[in-house]
Amino acid sequence: MIGTEFVPLSLPPLLIGTLAALACALPGNFLVLRRQALIGDAISHVVLPGIVVAFLLTGRVSTWPMMLGAGGAALLAVLMIEVIRRAGKIEPGAAMGVVFTTLFAAGVLLLEQSDTSAVHLDVQHALYGNLESLIWLDALGWNSLLDPVALAGLPTELPRMALVLVGVIGFIWLFWRPLALSTFDEGFARSLGIATGPLGLGLVVIAAMAAVAAFDAVGSIIVIAMFICPPAAARLMTNRLSLQVAWSQGFAGLAAVSGYVLAGYGPLWLGYAHAVSAAGMIATVSGLILALAALFGPCRARLGQPAG
Amino acid sequence: MTQLKLAAQEGAAPVEDLSDIPLAIRGLTVSYGSDPAVFSVDMTVPEGAMLAVIGPNGAGKSTLLKAALGVIPKLSGLVTVYGQPIASQRRRIAYVPQRASVDWDFPTRVIDVVLMGLYRDLGLLGRVRRSHRDQARACLARVGMEGFADRQIGQLSGGQQQRVFLARALAQAADLYLLDEPFAGVDAATEKAIVTVLKALRDEGRTVVCVHHDLATVTDYFSHVFLLNRRKIAAGPVAKVFTQQMLQAAYGGRLSGGQIDRIAAS
Repeated sequence: MIGTEFVPLSLPPLLIGTLAALACALPGNFLVLRRQALIGDAISHVVLPGIVVAFLLTGRVSTWPMMLGAGGAALLAVLMIEVIRRAGKIEPGAAMGVVFTTLFAAGVLLLEQSDTSAVHLDVQHALYGNLESLIWLDALGWNSLLDPVALAGLPTELPRMALVLVGVIGFIWLFWRPLALSTFDEGFARSLGIATGPLGLGLVVIAAMAAVAAFDAVGSIIVIAMFICPPAAARLMTNRLSLQVAWSQGFAGLAAVSGYVLAGYGPLWLGYAHAVSAAGMIATVSGLILALAALFGPCRARLGQPAG
Repeated sequence: MTQLKLAAQEGAAPVEDLSDIPLAIRGLTVSYGSDPAVFSVDMTVPEGAMLAVIGPNGAGKSTLLKAALGVIPKLSGLVTVYGQPIASQRRRIAYVPQRASVDWDFPTRVIDVVLMGLYRDLGLLGRVRRSHRDQARACLARVGMEGFADRQIGQLSGGQQQRVFLARALAQAADLYLLDEPFAGVDAATEKAIVTVLKALRDEGRTVVCVHHDLATVTDYFSHVFLLNRRKIAAGPVAKVFTQQMLQAAYGGRLSGGQIDRIAAS
């Protein structure tokens, strides 16, 4: 592959997709172990109206208004769930399902009604992202990576995603010990004085930031594959948390890179004319990795084999 | 250190000095819904005691322990540990939750669980050194599990899991040990190992509180009894409190007269 084509057209989406996959898989490990895996999915659905409203108010797709809008939508969702649960006297799971779906539908309606033709924000984009459009027109080849003028024209999604990944890594690194402890044994963690409530909330906020940032790359729906598949597959490879997290990062990177390449070139190899959605292919590869781990992973059978 | 003293409920009553009392609970009420699970319980655990909290199913035994520790929220009540608020005394407490309360499929090894007992020494980012590992292995040896350090916890039997939990508590090197049903569903060898360790702790001058469900072993294992059925029924040395009359009061009609006759100390 020659640099003049690869660097402007493929390198930025490849990097953004990989960073997004890594940033989602990292907190995904703890969410899966806490049986909260669907929180990632819920977040990515709930934040859509927030992101749209932020766009309508500012007229641009930019980081902080989007994050604020997403946060506002998440708060609104929590409030709505409480109200519906109490007023409607229905179980929390059902209340959540109703709220997530309603808010997501509201976001889709808002999108259809507003004029977003000038930016990459439409219903299709919201559903499964638009990784392929995140190109770097200022780049002429590998040399552009050292050219400050060209670098200024990088898609803003790239530094944003990188920043979020750094934040996610920082949070997990700093709170690794209490996170692991409270995920395994919350009662014991509380007896040590660990504030498990705020810690759990912090994890969800971090996951939400990753989900919102990944929104650009993969859209609302496919983000869930990034949260769940790599950690779930990693769990089948090892019985140690630190190794599980390492495996999950490996799987996330593998899924992102091979998914992007397969989406771009796979159909051509098979004789079809058009590439397919990169986000869709990344999710598919993630699912395939999970399926292979479920069939051949060394740590599939765990319980029910007491040692002497 | 400031002395925290508790006023009795009527303001006129004398103020108690609790500085020698490992665990003092006053007026503790916990509620999960509309009915209180534990109502206005006073409890004083004397230093060096081996105390069994007993009562029928649903009496609030585990709830009492968890609320005292702040693991679950309480509606009202005061808790002191050696006369101080519990938040300042966490280092002196070791808590062993019910074995069934955690997910044993969690990706971790036996040694890592025991190292969790050193959390207060290690802090957020402290490195696990050889001395910490040696300490954890020594605690495993005390419960007869030294050969299992590198096992995945899901591969252990119920009794082995319970011993690992006890080893984690030993790693905390606490003065007050609170255990929730440590003998529930364990094999005879484990029960014996746990009792030996607990008695050794008592002999070192530490204080042990167990939520306990097997009335038949109370007189053999414990020095003190706390009878609970949502409210405090009775408390004191086994010989005084573990009587037919008191058990009848705590368990109501749930035990037959014959059962109580066989069990009670008198």
